Amino acid sequence: MEQPENRTEQLQEQLKIVKTESPWKIAVRRFAKNRLALIGLVILVIMFLICFVGPFFSQYTLNETDVKNRNSAPSSLHWLGTDKLGRDIMLRVMLAGRISLTVGLVATAISVVIGATLGAVAGFYRRYADTIIMRIADVFLALPTLPILITLGAILSDLKVAPEKRIYFLMLIIGILGWVGLARLVRSQILTLREQEFMQATEALGLRDNRKIFRHLMPNTIPIIIVSATLGVAGAILTESALSFLGLGVVPPTPSWGNMINAANNLIDFRKRPWIWIPPGMCILITVTAINLIGDGLRDALDPKMKNR
Amino acid sequence: MSQYIIRRLLQMIPTLIGISIIVFAISQMVPGDYITASQNPNMTAERADQLRAIYGLDKPPVQQYFVWVKNMLTGNLGDSFQHKMPVTKVINTYVWNSFAIAIVTLILSWTIAAFVGVFSAQFQYSFFDKVVTLLVFLLMSLPSFFIGLLAIKYFALDLTWFPTGGMTSAGLNASGFAYIKDVASHMVLPVTVMTVLNVGGLTRYFRTGMLEVIRQDYIRTARAKGLKERTVIFKHAFRNALLPAITLLGFELPGLFGGAMILERVFAWPGIGQIYLASLNMRDYPLMLGFTMFLAVLTLLGNLLSDILYGVADPRIRLK
Repeated sequence: MEQPENRTEQLQEQLKIVKTESPWKIAVRRFAKNRLALIGLVILVIMFLICFVGPFFSQYTLNETDVKNRNSAPSSLHWLGTDKLGRDIMLRVMLAGRISLTVGLVATAISVVIGATLGAVAGFYRRYADTIIMRIADVFLALPTLPILITLGAILSDLKVAPEKRIYFLMLIIGILGWVGLARLVRSQILTLREQEFMQATEALGLRDNRKIFRHLMPNTIPIIIVSATLGVAGAILTESALSFLGLGVVPPTPSWGNMINAANNLIDFRKRPWIWIPPGMCILITVTAINLIGDGLRDALDPKMKNR
Repeated sequence: MSQYIIRRLLQMIPTLIGISIIVFAISQMVPGDYITASQNPNMTAERADQLRAIYGLDKPPVQQYFVWVKNMLTGNLGDSFQHKMPVTKVINTYVWNSFAIAIVTLILSWTIAAFVGVFSAQFQYSFFDKVVTLLVFLLMSLPSFFIGLLAIKYFALDLTWFPTGGMTSAGLNASGFAYIKDVASHMVLPVTVMTVLNVGGLTRYFRTGMLEVIRQDYIRTARAKGLKERTVIFKHAFRNALLPAITLLGFELPGLFGGAMILERVFAWPGIGQIYLASLNMRDYPLMLGFTMFLAVLTLLGNLLSDILYGVADPRIRLK
């Protein structure tokens, strides 16, 4: 007589061989092998910690002025020196980082929500919905983004929007102008996905369109959304910094990496006090590079077909 | 082919209408107009109204839009308030300054990117390749204005190798060769910075193209024939790796004539991008609107050009 326990073990043994890793586990493993991407991730985490936790360890406060030490070069008292009002640059860079990173993240989140939804609707319904959405996408694609952003930034200044509210408008504007790329990616993905067998199953189950799109189609597009969103954050941070540098993005007294570099428009600060404007610039460069490295690593890990593109 | 081009051109019309509506609507959101922006203290209210009537600023927005579109169709983009001349003429005056740095940048960055990309691909995973890959990421992440400022600080102010900005030295009265030499010295920094900014993405593209080509069967055949490695790479692989990049040329079109707004501002280069930024502060609508439309048309034409070039480069792709 065969022992039933033994039989189950045997079955389990066989099952183990058949069982494959989940796609996410494979992706994580692939990502962990990519040394550049890991370096990027570590740098980004450190950057976030410095910006969001660092200020609590600073002995200064945002608008505190050290009158005795105005325009001082980096010293043990002020690690990155002070500006013309005697404000601590180190603290300002960290707080500016909070703003710049948040603007980049939220703006991208807005583009992702708009882009993924419109792309999914266009790909799923095809016909009129597709035509209309894709025509609008064509318009946005040919729209010269920078002039439009600059004009909108000028309008915000003219409308005398309060600096603290301005950040929200800025996130919205950058977000709205950035949805097209993702919409097109999601649409093309959904066009092929909707013809596959599992969609026939949802049809047979009589699911509502809503559920078909958001529970069955969209989850399959998450890899491309993640990759596109990561690279999007890098782009949004660059856009915000350029606008703020021109004085049309985040405006003082709220610090952002871009508007701190604006100090370089003053010839003496530009020439003699590089500690005022070089640190925020380096922060932008380091952060954006780190995000791009991560994005590239994610693309290799999540979407092997797109590799090397 | 000509049928394809005509159809593509027709397809641009709805897109352009959409863009013109968006651009015009945004300009209408701007509080204040040219009359209030010029802030002439001697301006009386009546005089201001008179001027508004002359410029057509007193009409309802919808009417202003149709007047603007109608004029645009006849090639008239209106008169720039600030420059007191037709917008087309303003664009035509300054666009060539932008073109000058853009074309040099284009040639330099394509040459560098092609060679670095191909070598990097040929020695994939080598030390050189790794350095190039990291550099590409750094260059692609550079904020343009920051690298521009750094260049001015170190090479113009500290080392005084090059002038800090502008296109000619102040009070220069030279002509002929001396003039060209002066302009060239002013071009070095902006061109270098723009090349540095462009070369990253391009190198990546060429490297990818080359990686795809050297895995092809005909490369193996060439090697199996016993050809020298140099012949294989340069005669068989290089040319084919260049092919897909040709489509990118079309996308360069708006960059060639559209100016680099932020960098022209940083380098005080009198290109169309900088003129555009200045027109914004003066609320010079005709110039702002006209230039934005000009850029949109360039973008659309660039896309078309790149599709056509794609067909030319690869006869397997049929354009219908």
